Amino acid sequence: MFLSMNWISDFVDLSGLDKVKLINQFSLSTAEVENEIFFKGSEVSGIVVAEIKSVLDHPESKKLHLLKVDAGEDELTDVVCGAPNVRVGMKTAFAKVGAKIGEITIAPRKLAGYTSNGMCCSEAEIGISDDNSGIMEITDDVKNGTDLKDIYEIDDIVFEVDNKSLTNRPDLWGHYGIAREFAALAGRELKPLETDNLSLYDELPKVDMKIEDTLCQRYACLRFENITRNVSPVNMRIRLFYCGMRAINFLADLTNYLMLEMGQPMHAFDSRKVENIRVKRFPEPFTFETLDGVERKIDENTLMICNGDTPVAIAGIMGGLDSEIVEDTTSLTLESATFDAASIRKSTVRLAHRTDASMRYEKSLDPEMCVTAIGRFVYLLKEYDKGVTVISALTDSYPVKYDDIKLSFDKAFVDKYTGIEISSDTIVKTLTSLGFGVKLDGDVFTVDVPSWRATKDVTIKADIIEEITRIYGYDNFAINTTRSPLYPVRMDAVKCDEEKIKDILVKRYNLHELHSYVWAYYDEQKALGIEVEDNIKLSGATNPNIETIRKSMIPTQLCQVKSNVGYAPEFGIFEVGRVVEGVGSDNLCIERKKLAITLYSKTCDVKSLYFKLRDILATITDDLKHKALGFKPTEAKHSYEHPVNLNTILLDDEAVGTIGIVHPVVGKKIDKKANIVFAELDMESFGGKASAGITYSEPSKFPPMTYDLSLELAPGKFFADLCKCWMNEGKGILRGTKIVDTYDTDTIHSITIRFEFSSNERTLSSAEVQEIMDKVIENLSKIGVNLRG
Amino acid sequence: MDDKILNLKQKLKNELDGIQSLVDLDKVRVAYLGKKGSVTDLLKGMKELTNEERKEFGKKVNELKQNVAKSIEDKTAELKELEIKAEIEAMPQFDITTPADLTRGSYHPITLVQRQCETIFKSMGFTVEDYAEVVTDYECFESVNIPKHHPARDMQDTYYLENGQLLKSQTSAAQNAILRKYGKNLKENGVPIKAIFPGRCFRNEATDATHENTFFQMEGVMVDKDISISNLIYFMKTMLSEVFRKDIKVRLRPGFFPFVEPGFELDINCLICGGEGCPSCGHGGWLELCPCGMIHPEVLREGGIDPEEYTGFAFGLGLTRLAMMKYGIKDIRDLNSGSLKALSQFTDDE
Repeated sequence: MFLSMNWISDFVDLSGLDKVKLINQFSLSTAEVENEIFFKGSEVSGIVVAEIKSVLDHPESKKLHLLKVDAGEDELTDVVCGAPNVRVGMKTAFAKVGAKIGEITIAPRKLAGYTSNGMCCSEAEIGISDDNSGIMEITDDVKNGTDLKDIYEIDDIVFEVDNKSLTNRPDLWGHYGIAREFAALAGRELKPLETDNLSLYDELPKVDMKIEDTLCQRYACLRFENITRNVSPVNMRIRLFYCGMRAINFLADLTNYLMLEMGQPMHAFDSRKVENIRVKRFPEPFTFETLDGVERKIDENTLMICNGDTPVAIAGIMGGLDSEIVEDTTSLTLESATFDAASIRKSTVRLAHRTDASMRYEKSLDPEMCVTAIGRFVYLLKEYDKGVTVISALTDSYPVKYDDIKLSFDKAFVDKYTGIEISSDTIVKTLTSLGFGVKLDGDVFTVDVPSWRATKDVTIKADIIEEITRIYGYDNFAINTTRSPLYPVRMDAVKCDEEKIKDILVKRYNLHELHSYVWAYYDEQKALGIEVEDNIKLSGATNPNIETIRKSMIPTQLCQVKSNVGYAPEFGIFEVGRVVEGVGSDNLCIERKKLAITLYSKTCDVKSLYFKLRDILATITDDLKHKALGFKPTEAKHSYEHPVNLNTILLDDEAVGTIGIVHPVVGKKIDKKANIVFAELDMESFGGKASAGITYSEPSKFPPMTYDLSLELAPGKFFADLCKCWMNEGKGILRGTKIVDTYDTDTIHSITIRFEFSSNERTLSSAEVQEIMDKVIENLSKIGVNLRG
Repeated sequence: MDDKILNLKQKLKNELDGIQSLVDLDKVRVAYLGKKGSVTDLLKGMKELTNEERKEFGKKVNELKQNVAKSIEDKTAELKELEIKAEIEAMPQFDITTPADLTRGSYHPITLVQRQCETIFKSMGFTVEDYAEVVTDYECFESVNIPKHHPARDMQDTYYLENGQLLKSQTSAAQNAILRKYGKNLKENGVPIKAIFPGRCFRNEATDATHENTFFQMEGVMVDKDISISNLIYFMKTMLSEVFRKDIKVRLRPGFFPFVEPGFELDINCLICGGEGCPSCGHGGWLELCPCGMIHPEVLREGGIDPEEYTGFAFGLGLTRLAMMKYGIKDIRDLNSGSLKALSQFTDDE
């Protein structure tokens, strides 16, 4: 919203003050002002009123005319002018020699053989409207030679307030409300609005008007006739233009002017079309043509202004084409109303049509303003068009009123909230300047909230704190740390694990952390042959790529791998993110936090890659939990899983994740020449497991002994099975085992296991080691595992 | 006999001169000093000598033995020295100025920025909370004073799910749960609530270089007796100075957010121009950085905390925006692109 300092100055005397500084202060205390401030008229000087005394056609040019103009000097001035609207007796804006328009300084200049000693200007050239159709026509009775700036408000400071920052301030949608803020900031007085005395018309007949719907809070109207003026006064047009509106005609301009001045939208109907005004909704949908010529669908929730049963306007949004003022309109009905803000907002959304009026209504306007606005309208109307006659009494229906708000608090409350000392005197002065009624009794303030702040904006004590502090100025606050007792701070276990895991993956295994979206990548997955599994969806989604919430992060990562093929012959990616595994019986999503890892390699064989990933997981677990992981083969359930080597990851015998190889169909689509393995870990299950901690074992002073066994393993026999054969046989001296060799042919899979024995008390004898090993070998043969032949 | 000794000496000298390796030298040592060596052989001829002569001869042989040993020892040292010298000479000079192999992993830039913020707040005694991405309408809106049909809901186009839940549009969705989680300890033991909660947020909007439907925020709250606006400004200024590692000027402007009252927009002086005004701050010298304010009494009440007794502040920080500012990322979409070319650059940020 653009604001004019001239307009604001109508209501508060800001003379002698630095306006730009005030605007800055307004930005810090009230609402955000855009960075660029416009100094209107600063680029124009030396333009005077001049009268055209004679007009001759240029002998060679069809467009040009040779004028003699009276610019208030002793002699007439010769001017060559190309405007179509020149005529003798017309007064216009004239840039004399030496005048400045932007970068140009006017100098005598030859035009098609004739010297022009100045230039007649259009309004657009002076910058006071966008009318460039001809030179400016001045109808006011002013002396030739008068500087245009002496009679018109060409010089102005205009600034723009970010509409979003006015969301909660219905009172700031017009200049008068803004002026109140400037008055408070500058410590000057706000002048009352000059209005017409509407009670003078009480004897006249009322308008037949009835509110039939609770969505209309107040409806006031007045009829008048005999409007003769068509073009608005220059200053009014300049203000409208500076504030971003085009002048249309006097009546339309005046309703717009009122809206910009008071924030109250108004509408003028042709009285013939609104003989019986009814405000209501219709049970059945229908189409309605608004004054912009658009057919709009009206449903049963949209409030309408009607003439009897015929709709004539969409309440608070836009008038209808049918009831618009036309050539032969003589009598006008002026509407000034307040409607339910939420209803207007919803209608705006449904109609996809936001207007200057609806923008204001949806902020919860003050209904008290309706009648004042009519008073102001009539005042201005009469001032600019003396012959206007009011032909009805003010007709006002006000069924829905806001409650008066009275708030009470003490000085200690203000001190506690602000943390600084603001004197009672300052508090009273600030609130009073903003229109609040304030009583101070001892330490207790009682505050009456003015109607224009009481529609939703100021309802509680904390709101008053804002009023006091924003005018006091946040820049003036002393800043202080808190005085709070100290207590230990405990971090969330899952969160701690997450951070440590990231470090291990990045620092030790050179993996890359990526982020992704929470929904399945429909197109990309389809291209890779990865089914988008059915899961909860976004409601009303229109794009399948932003629709289904993912159940697992692995499909996402496979898509990411695909898009990074070519980055390097080998890389690994990971993400700690969230998935939804379904909807529970309570109808709430089962959301889980997961760690997903995918390794890609063109250089590494699938077995090594798979074991690399296994080792990464084992390292994480050993680091964070000092525990070993278990694995259990599981059946593939998803299109991207290779059915062989898919394992459930176990920690403390509980499933915490999955590790596997990518299904060849998917793998080939990603990269025919690469191997890809993946794992997903449930962070909540994993993080919930306690750490076993470090158990220190003192290094033995006695020599250790080792014993190697070479075993032949049939398919389906796992190392974990073998472990059970010595798990309980160690007699406290078997300190560990490791695989020192593997030997594979087409038919035989064999491994050599080294058993390490040591004691902290004595040197071991080969006999006692042999005794243990005999038992182990016996156990092994029981499960069908024999020594290699 | 003496001739034999002399000859032997001469022979050894000649042989040693020709020797180039320690292996050959060892052979010489064995040939002279071994059990069957030349020097040992000399002693075998002693039987024919008289006692006197034998004594004399033995002495000479011993001298010879020592001489031989000494010569071999010297030669050994000489050879070892040569060998080291050869080894040194054999070492080629490497070109250390070639580009280093920097193959290593990377963090997501959000992780780096988030960790910095978390570290700062942890050092001031704040807990770091984690929260769900799918939340209820109550968590995201109702509990933080945004009732149904409130215009504030227009400000954020929310992703609703089929079951009526939604993808959280703001980290404030965690506020109620956090007030409840720590409220008991506040009321019973006087332990102030100090928590930050970073998290991913979602808004239904078209994406372009500056708009994303998925982004990160970090919200913080502090609740205690007598928490004031003055405290809020202190914490914001301190945090931002730590984040940017320089003294940051901040200013507050009134801002409307339903969950705070009074609410503020916090600006910092432009990091590029220092407040003079430049293209990146729209010539205003200030950058709008984070909304904050005093927690709305209704929000406290809804969290089970009496607003007459306790006050608190809350703030929201756009982690995504912060990361973009910090690293000069111009296109917000890079962050979720999954592109290693873009994201593998964030190896660490210490």
